Amino acid sequence: MSLILDEEQQLLQTSARGFFSARAPISQLRALRDENVTDCFDRATWSQMVELGWAGIPWPERFGGLAFGFKGLGVITEQSGRCLTASPLISSIWLCGAAILLAGSETQKLHYLPSIANGRHLLAMAFEERLRHAPGEIDLLARRTSHGFVLSGGKRFVLDGISADTIIVAARICNSACDTGGISLFLVPRDTPGVTAVSTRILDSRNVASIDFIDVQVPDSALLGAVGQGPELLDAALDIARIGLAAEMLGSAQECFERTVQHLKDRRQFGVALGSFQSLKHRAAQMFCQLELSRSVVLEALTALDEDRGRPEIAKLASLAKARLGATFHRVTREAVQMHGGIAMTDEFDIGLFIKRAAVADQTFGDVDYHVRRYAELEGY
Amino acid sequence: MNEAKEFVPSEASAESPASAEEFRSSVRRWLEENCPQALRGGGVMYHGGRKESVDPLVLQWFDACYSRGWTVPTWPRAYGGAGLDAEHARILREEMDSIGAPLPLNGQGVTVIGPAILEIGTPEQKLRHLPRIARGEARWCQGFSEPNAGSDLAALTTSARLDGDDYIVNGSKTWTTHGELSDWMFCLVRTDATAPKRNGISVLLLSMDAAGVSTKPIVLISGRSVFCECFFTDVRVAAADLLGRRNEGWTTARRILEHERSSESRPGGIIGSGPGSGSGGDGRTLSMLAREYGAGPDGRMRDPLVRQRIAEVEMEQRALALTQRRADEERARSGKGVPSEETSMFKYLSTELTSRRMETYLNIMGFQGLGWEGDSYTPQELQATRYWLYSKAFTIAGGCSEVQLDIIANRILGLPK
Ligand SMILES: Cc1cc2nc3c(=O)[nH]c(=O)nc-3n(C[C@H](O)[C@H](O)[C@H](O)COP(=O)(O)OP(=O)(O)OC[C@H]3O[C@@H](n4cnc5c(N)ncnc54)[C@H](O)[C@@H]3O)c2cc1C
Repeated sequence: MSLILDEEQQLLQTSARGFFSARAPISQLRALRDENVTDCFDRATWSQMVELGWAGIPWPERFGGLAFGFKGLGVITEQSGRCLTASPLISSIWLCGAAILLAGSETQKLHYLPSIANGRHLLAMAFEERLRHAPGEIDLLARRTSHGFVLSGGKRFVLDGISADTIIVAARICNSACDTGGISLFLVPRDTPGVTAVSTRILDSRNVASIDFIDVQVPDSALLGAVGQGPELLDAALDIARIGLAAEMLGSAQECFERTVQHLKDRRQFGVALGSFQSLKHRAAQMFCQLELSRSVVLEALTALDEDRGRPEIAKLASLAKARLGATFHRVTREAVQMHGGIAMTDEFDIGLFIKRAAVADQTFGDVDYHVRRYAELEGY
Repeated sequence: MNEAKEFVPSEASAESPASAEEFRSSVRRWLEENCPQALRGGGVMYHGGRKESVDPLVLQWFDACYSRGWTVPTWPRAYGGAGLDAEHARILREEMDSIGAPLPLNGQGVTVIGPAILEIGTPEQKLRHLPRIARGEARWCQGFSEPNAGSDLAALTTSARLDGDDYIVNGSKTWTTHGELSDWMFCLVRTDATAPKRNGISVLLLSMDAAGVSTKPIVLISGRSVFCECFFTDVRVAAADLLGRRNEGWTTARRILEHERSSESRPGGIIGSGPGSGSGGDGRTLSMLAREYGAGPDGRMRDPLVRQRIAEVEMEQRALALTQRRADEERARSGKGVPSEETSMFKYLSTELTSRRMETYLNIMGFQGLGWEGDSYTPQELQATRYWLYSKAFTIAGGCSEVQLDIIANRILGLPK
């Protein structure tokens, strides 16, 4: 029930912090962007993270994991956020790994989880079809055939979709007439005929893919979870990923805030440090308060995952964390730009990278409004 | 219960510390037997002292708790407490909350000056004052603010001149919450008029029944009178009643304020427990109210904007409670028993949140939230409306929000003064 880190988790935090600032500092993100690397993350860094065991932290040992809990993974993800490190942590581990852990058959778990953990395999989740987060609105069709399903339709905003070896696709199963049948998830190898992915580099220099599925044939064994189980499963996996993303956002917001406070101490105007102006002090103090609240909800949400508190508690905490971090990350980055002044508007200065990440991270898996509404619904009012 | 009683630890409280779960179930059983049904959810609280008439049932509940050391659960047994650690105290509080039991004892004695005396009082002061607070014999008030010393507290001018073994106090205080009902005041006085503002201040423990003390009530916008002006004319206070060091009262006062802030923003403290908070008060949450006043046939709020405001308040309330728990855990681990600068954050967040919560409460009630008196409104509605007005004080009293933000910026973030 603890909201603080134990000794082992603290050690992990320290080593993760050291790792990211040495191996994947913000300059790496710039280099990936400027050199137009397709993956938009650094494969060598990812291999090192895998070697450290980080890609399997929460999985049970028999699936190649370290059984160190989501709090452990959260600690690492938060530190990656400090350096704005792009990696498949969110897409492949938090989201897809969680989906397989939740609903995979024993065979699927034994196949995917160890190969995610040892870095051989990357997964991506294809579910968005609308202009904004709408996991319940799935039109992509899965037509039943004698030996499986045929998928057709399009997906957008597939995180790391261009780099993934396997894509988990949310589809609406169609029996004879296409109005029945539930939404289900399918594991589709990326090189299956009929799958075409187009990469788009987005605002935060990461990649999302638009993926077309044209008459893509998959066997029955591609089903992840039961037929019609898609909505709950997707929601449950998304909740885990929302909590992971919130942890990353916490790290980024904290870093951006600390840089801003330092700037307020260093930069002098009117013969005094900027930080001696009360209007700036108060806004800095308010940000501090919001970050403290943010840290608590993230820690509580991670703890709830490890304690397996079930639904709707985890769903509520996921929305609580994602909404709060969306708002806090936005606020901190907006203020950071304002308080840095002109320099913040230059591409050369890092603060701009934080505000870009804030915009993307907020909309990923549902923005502030989405999660406030969802929280109210989960509370039943 | 008003005559002095020796504190005799009951058998139950003399047990060695039970495991958390054992403790929880024993508390639950005890509460079931000892907390009067009529008080549950009622939120009537005893503040100590004898200047206000108190419902006998409330006193019965108080006595029951006192016999366990639970009027001041974390204080040492020697002073009437139960010597509970933070975790056991939290369990006790949670169990009381869960059946809507009122705090057995509230007020500035148990929440503010008691903890300060425990921390910095002399052995004689501890023995003289703490058991009386625990036993409910003495109600305390805070004599800090003066007409010309509010946020700029160090500008105070009430003077205390040493005369033999006594100080002679002259001057006045204002906004003294329940001054007229109190037996004692912890009073900030100037003991050196020549020193720079903050260096000549001391804290005196002053009997409100001493000759030369008088009070005059002030009515609030909520229609209630909870505070008064206090006047001192040649009031004699024994030098032994100086708390902390002479002329170093500013440091003492800062510490006292930290205790005040930390107690106010706790669940069950004045701020955490008002209407709409779900604990204490009317025991209802905003979302419960929303269903009552604004739900459509499907049970959902009709107005999505109001729904959003409610959700935002409730989400922040949850985040704040978690943050308080995290701070408790951190304190327990670091062994630093007492709160410090972080109390400014809790004071700021919880008072601003309460203010927003009451705005939302009023908004949910619509026209029913605009009543002042009469049968067209339920007592609950009238109480909520007045509490909305009263809640405006929270972001002012005990150091206004702006002062809290200054403290966070200067002392936590290290921004230049
Ligand atoms: C209900 C209630 C109960 C009280 N109970 C007690 C009590 O028991 N004992 C006691 O001693 N006092 C008590 N007080 C007094 C309280 O501590 C003072 O009201 C408070 O410290 C503010 O002082 P002031 O009212 O003189 O406002 P001022 O100091 O005049 O401030 C007015 C406003 O100016 C702004 N402001 C002030 N300082 C700053 C700053 N540094 N930076 C930016 N803005 C600033 C704030 O918005 C503030 O609200 C109580 C007050 C209330 C309302």
